[in-house]
Amino acid sequence: MSYRLLSVDKEEPGLKERNYLGLSDCSSVDSSTIPNVEKSNLNFKATELRLGLPESQSPERETDFGLLSPRTLDEKLLFPLLPCKDNASATTGHKNVVSGNKRGFADTWDEFSGVKGSVRPGGINMMLSPKVKDVPKSIQEERSHAKGGGLNNAPAAKAQVVGWPPIRSYRKNTMASSTSKNTDEVDGKPGLGALFVKVSMDGAPYLRKVDLRTYTSYQQLSSALEKMFSCFTLGQYGLHGAQGRERMSEIKLKDLLHGSEFVLTYEDKDGDWMLVGDVPWEIFTETCQKLKIMKGSDSIGLAPGAVEKSKNKERV
Amino acid sequence: MGLRLPSKVLEHILSFIDSNEDRNSVSLVCKSWFETERKTRKRVFVGNCYAVSPAAVAKRFPEMRSLTLKGKPHFADYNLVPDGWGGYAWPWIEAMAAKCPSLEEIRLKRMVVTDECLEKIAASFKDFEVLVLTSCEGFSTDGIAAIAATCRNLRVLELRECIVEDLGGDWLSYFPETSTSLVSLDFSCLDSEVKISDLERLVSRSPNLKSLKLNPAVTLDGLVSLLRRAPQLTELGTGSFAAQLKPEAFSKLSEAFSNCKQLQSLSGLWDVLPEYLPALYSVCPGLTSLNLSYATVRMPDLVELLRRCSKLQKLWVMDLIEDKGLEAVASYCKELQELRVFPSAPDLDEANIPLTEQGLVFVSKGCRKLESVLYFCVQFTNAALLTIARKRPNLKCFRLCVIEPFAPDYKTNEPLDKGFKAIAEGCKDLRRLSVSGLLSDKAFKYIGKHAKKVRMLSIAFAGDSDLMLHHLLSGCESLKKLEIRDCPFGDTALLEHAAKLETMRSLWMSSCFVSFGACKILSQKMPRLNVEVIDEHPPETRPESSPVERIYIYRTVAGPRMDTPEFVWTIHKNPEIGVSHLAIK
Repeated sequence: MSYRLLSVDKEEPGLKERNYLGLSDCSSVDSSTIPNVEKSNLNFKATELRLGLPESQSPERETDFGLLSPRTLDEKLLFPLLPCKDNASATTGHKNVVSGNKRGFADTWDEFSGVKGSVRPGGINMMLSPKVKDVPKSIQEERSHAKGGGLNNAPAAKAQVVGWPPIRSYRKNTMASSTSKNTDEVDGKPGLGALFVKVSMDGAPYLRKVDLRTYTSYQQLSSALEKMFSCFTLGQYGLHGAQGRERMSEIKLKDLLHGSEFVLTYEDKDGDWMLVGDVPWEIFTETCQKLKIMKGSDSIGLAPGAVEKSKNKERV
Repeated sequence: MGLRLPSKVLEHILSFIDSNEDRNSVSLVCKSWFETERKTRKRVFVGNCYAVSPAAVAKRFPEMRSLTLKGKPHFADYNLVPDGWGGYAWPWIEAMAAKCPSLEEIRLKRMVVTDECLEKIAASFKDFEVLVLTSCEGFSTDGIAAIAATCRNLRVLELRECIVEDLGGDWLSYFPETSTSLVSLDFSCLDSEVKISDLERLVSRSPNLKSLKLNPAVTLDGLVSLLRRAPQLTELGTGSFAAQLKPEAFSKLSEAFSNCKQLQSLSGLWDVLPEYLPALYSVCPGLTSLNLSYATVRMPDLVELLRRCSKLQKLWVMDLIEDKGLEAVASYCKELQELRVFPSAPDLDEANIPLTEQGLVFVSKGCRKLESVLYFCVQFTNAALLTIARKRPNLKCFRLCVIEPFAPDYKTNEPLDKGFKAIAEGCKDLRRLSVSGLLSDKAFKYIGKHAKKVRMLSIAFAGDSDLMLHHLLSGCESLKKLEIRDCPFGDTALLEHAAKLETMRSLWMSSCFVSFGACKILSQKMPRLNVEVIDEHPPETRPESSPVERIYIYRTVAGPRMDTPEFVWTIHKNPEIGVSHLAIK
C-alpha cells in the first residue's frame, strides 16, 4: 500500500511515478523507480488501513505526542479521501495540462462536485509515514473533478494538512472563536439566508458544510449526510487493487450507521455535544453549531440530552 | 613588535559597536580583542539555545545585561514540532542567576518557561527590568504575579502570543502599590478577566507607561476609562470591541481616542464592528503601525479607515481588505514598509474572498518603501511576481504563501519558477524568503544562484528531486536557516553538502525522503552538528532506508543535549548502533 504521486517531469514527458514514502505497494507493478526500498522490509501492519483519529490507534502503538492529537478540527491529522468510484487509470500529477481544466488533471470523477484545490496527498500523508492510510489517488481525482469552469461548486471542503497553511495556532484559535461568533449573528437569524454548519466525521480527511435550512426533517439531513460521507467509510475495508475497490463500493455509510458503528452528534450553543434527534427539528436548527459523525464507541456517555464537553474542545 | 591598542582605548571604541555580528567579527581578530570584546558585551543574543551551553555564555560575557534566546525551530509555530521536544529556559535562568546577577533583560522566544523560572528570575536579578516572552508556554499567571510583585524596577512585561495557564486576573494586583516604573505592559494573550479597577489603578500609578496591550476580556468601557488615565500612550492594543453600540458609548470612545495625541501604534480590535471605526479616525493621521489582523471588518469600512493613515509604515490586515482595499492602501499609505495579509478563513473551505495577486502588485507599485511582505493568497502568477520584483528591488523580506499547495501560475499553468527567479535576481538585499506554489528544481537553481544575501529560507511542497537541495546548499552563501517540509528530495544532496550545515544555524526537514541511514551517517561524520530525528516511531525499529518524519540539524559547541524526549533520536543516545553499509545514491 503505497502512497504514490504521479507527476510529469518537464524533461521527461510521461508520467513518472514517485513514491513519497519509499514503501513499495503490494499491489503495484512497478516499484523500481523507488530508491532505497526493500520490499521485504514492508511492515504490513504498519501500513494497514484504518479509520479513526491518530490517537485512537491500536494499543500496541505508543501514545501520540502532542503533534498528532487534534487540537482543533483544523489541526486534526487527516488522511486523504478514498476514491468512491473505481478509477482505473493511474492518477495524474500536478503538472498535467489537460482538457482545459485549470488544474489540468486528466481524470474526472463525478461523485464529488468540484473541490477547489484540495491538498495533494503527498503533503498530507507525509506526517503519517509508515502508518499511512492508503490513498493517494483520491485527492488527485477530486481536483480533476473540477470540470470545465467548475473550480468550486459545492461548499468546497479541503483536506486538512498539519501546519498548512502556515498560520500560527494562536491566530487560528483566535479566528476560530471570532468567526463562530460572527456566524452566530449572521446565520442564526431565522428566515435569513442559509444556515451553514460544519460537518466532520471521525477519520474523514476534511470537513463539509451543510445548509440546515435546506432540510425540514432529520430524515432529510440524515440521507444527505449519508450521501456526502459514504466514500469515507470505504477506507476501512482496505484497498487491494481493483478487487478491493469493488468490495468497497458496496459498503455504505448507512449500513455502518445502522450497525451503530457511527452516530450523529452536534455541538449546541453552550458548547456541549449531544446526540442528534432528541429535540424538535426547529429547535435543533437554532441551536446546532456543528455536526459530527462520531464512532459509536466515542459517543458513549452522550445520552440523549446529556451534557458533555466535546473531547475535541480546545484546551488553551 | 607591532603597536597594540591599549585595552581602554579598544573598550572605548567598542562601546560604539552595538551589532553583535560586528562584535563577533571583532572577537576573531586576536586574543586580546576577544578578551576586551567579551568583557564589554552587554547584549547577548543566542539564536539556538542548544548551540551553546548556558555556563559557557555566562562565563564568556560576565557583564551581560540583556539576554535573548530562541528555542524551538520556527516550524513549531505551525504545530510541526511535537510537545515536549525541548527548549527549556530553566538551565539558562539558573546559570545566569549564578554568574550574572546584574542581568536586567530577558527575551525568550519559543521556549518552555515554568513558574519556577519566573520566580527564579524575580528572586535573582535585583535590577531586573525587561521580560519579553514570545510564543512561550509552560507558565501560569502565578509566575507573572511573582515578577510583578518582586521586580521593583520592572519597565517592560510583554507576553506575546504565549500559552499561559490563566488562573485569573489577580496577578495585576501584585504590582507595587506605590508608583511603578512600567513603560510597557502586554497581556493580550491572557484569557481571563482582570478587574478593571486594578487595571485603572495600575495605569494611574504608572506615569511612564507608553505601551499597553489589553486582552480581549477588557471591555470598551474599560478601554475608555484606561485611555482617560493614560492619554500619553504611544502604543495601544485594545480589548474586545464586541459590545452593542450605544450612542453615548461611541462618543465617549471617540473622545478618549482623540485625547491620545501621541498614539502611533494600534492593535487588538477584536470583533470590531464597522460602526466603531470612526471613533479611531482621530488617531489615524499619526499612526505608523496598525494591526487589523484580528478585525473582521470588511470593505469599504477598511478603506475609510486606511485612507486617513498617511503615515502608516506597518500594516497587518486580513484578506478582507481585498484587491481594491490594497489599491487604496497603495495610493494613501505612501510610507508603507511592511505589509502582512492573513487569510480570514484558515479552514480553507470558504476561500472566496476577492483577494488575488493583484492586491500585492498594487502595493508594490504604489508603496516605494515597501521592504517586507507576508502575503497569503489562494493562487498566484509569474507575471505578478515579475512586476513585484521589478518595482520593488528593495525588498528585504518576501514571504508568499500560495495557500493551495502545488498551485501553478493559474493563467499559464506553468510553475512559478520564473516568478521567484525574478524575485531572487531583482531583490538583491533579500534576507528572508518563503516560497510556495508549484516549483520545480529550476526555481531553486535560480534561488541558489541569485539569492546571495538570503539568510532564512522556507519551502513547502516544492521541487522535484535532490537537485533542489543541492542548488540551495551549494548556492545560497548567506544561508543560516533553512526549513523545508513535504519536498521530494532524499539523502544525496544532504550528505554531499554536510559541511555547509556547519555554516548555518539550523536545518529543518519534515516529510521529505531523508532516510534514517543518512541521518546516522551525518551524525557520525559531523560531530559538531546535532542531528535530531523526531519521529513518532523509533527509527531504529525500521529499516535504515525508510524515510524519517522530521529531522532537525543544528550546529553546536555544546555537544549532545541531555533533555531529549523519547521521540527524539540522536546518535548519542544509541552509540552502539553502527551505520550499516547502504548504497545511498
